[in-house]
Amino acid sequence: MEVLLSSDKIADCITALVDEIVSQTSRTDKIAIIGIRSRGEVLAKRLADLLSKKLGTKLPCGTLDITLYRDDINNPQGQTQHLVRSTEIGFDIDDTIVILVDDVLYTGRSTRAAMDALMDLGRPKAIRLAVLVERTGRELPITSDFAGYKIDLPAEKTIQVNFVESDGKDRVILT
Amino acid sequence: MTKNEFIWNRKHLIGLRELSREEIEYILDTAKGFESISTRSIKKAPTLRGKVVVNLFFEDSTRTRNSFTLAANRLSADVIEFTEKVSSTRKGETLLDTAKNLEAMGIDIVVIRHSAGGAPKFLSRNINACVVNAGDGYCEHPTQALLDTYTIRKIKGSLEGLKIAIVGDIAHSRVARSDIYAMTKLGAKVILVGPPTLMPAQVNQLPVQVSYSLDAVIGEVDVINMLRIQFERMGANPFPSIKEYSHYFGLTVERMKKAKKDILVMHPGPINRGVEIESEVADGKNSVILEQVTNGLAVRMAVLFLVNQAAMIKD
Repeated sequence: MEVLLSSDKIADCITALVDEIVSQTSRTDKIAIIGIRSRGEVLAKRLADLLSKKLGTKLPCGTLDITLYRDDINNPQGQTQHLVRSTEIGFDIDDTIVILVDDVLYTGRSTRAAMDALMDLGRPKAIRLAVLVERTGRELPITSDFAGYKIDLPAEKTIQVNFVESDGKDRVILT
Repeated sequence: MTKNEFIWNRKHLIGLRELSREEIEYILDTAKGFESISTRSIKKAPTLRGKVVVNLFFEDSTRTRNSFTLAANRLSADVIEFTEKVSSTRKGETLLDTAKNLEAMGIDIVVIRHSAGGAPKFLSRNINACVVNAGDGYCEHPTQALLDTYTIRKIKGSLEGLKIAIVGDIAHSRVARSDIYAMTKLGAKVILVGPPTLMPAQVNQLPVQVSYSLDAVIGEVDVINMLRIQFERMGANPFPSIKEYSHYFGLTVERMKKAKKDILVMHPGPINRGVEIESEVADGKNSVILEQVTNGLAVRMAVLFLVNQAAMIKD
């Protein structure tokens, strides 16, 4: 196990993400933050809080469960099952710019599932992807709009993101 | 997306008698995630795309059949509706041959209702597709009990320590049997109420109390589940008259005055208004009868999803 990002580094990455999102947003845009369960949910809440302060307006924040949209439901990879949990988005996403938030962008398959799930909830004006860590290894033509940290890793390595809210401490580890 | 340690590995749902508390709670937890599909703008998810579900119903049904059809449709599965009255069963085809022929067309899940207890179990041993019991004889009706417990849990938070009365024709009720297994496993106390002639044989082997007086228990229960008298399954009359039955075991406005203020009034349907329940009570503020139907959809989506998922892992 190797620590890739310490808690200070994560804080820097999140600040950089917030600044980047603000710089690319116009005051007139209707913005909503939606995190993918489960680590994306934690990151989305943090981003929503910081962005709301910066922009001086409370941004709506929701959580998306993508289990029903996964492409490995009928071709399971290994002996894992995914628990279906609820999607909690208490606002209308029509005509909003949705900042879709996940902890790691890797194959792009979760992002594909999340985009399909969002489209079944309404018609957003745009979907932008924000991630804490972006690693190489895309299997679909998907790219991030905002990435806190980028790294080139061989396929046998696994990245794990821990947050205080869900795991007791902030850190990103490589195994 | 959350990985979990518990692995659901049943590709058939035959009854709740064989399920553990953990398994029952896992189905109910999973069902929660399916609720929102029915309230959003596009009421469909691609989860069972390319899968075929057969509704194999050898008995009449409105709620259960439509609920399973809609649940399968909302998960993007294709549905074949089999009705005994217009099928080759009338020409002498056996249950197994019917199922084998449907299976030869490439089906994935069979939802079966049959008047013979054990028919779903028999099918599950003889075909490769997943089998979901939608009611067999007097044995079990697992998805009804799951939606009943889901409804109670959603409103009361938990079944732990609750007192639940199941009233009426227990002897002919597969709903009662599945309810007893589910409710007691989740920590509730179940009291069966009805005339002795409508109690099942060997009721003492079930983990329940029995009372022959509704008035004696109405004041102490948190939930009351009223059952329909299944005249179609009876030979001799089990009580002198319907009027007398209603007098002693009907849930009337008068009787409700003795009940707890927050009692939940449930009924699996179809209702015989004026027999086991008065209209004012069935439509009253304590009634959750229509919520049961709504929740049934989420529960059935969860069941179809889970049996399919188990079938995928075993392959």
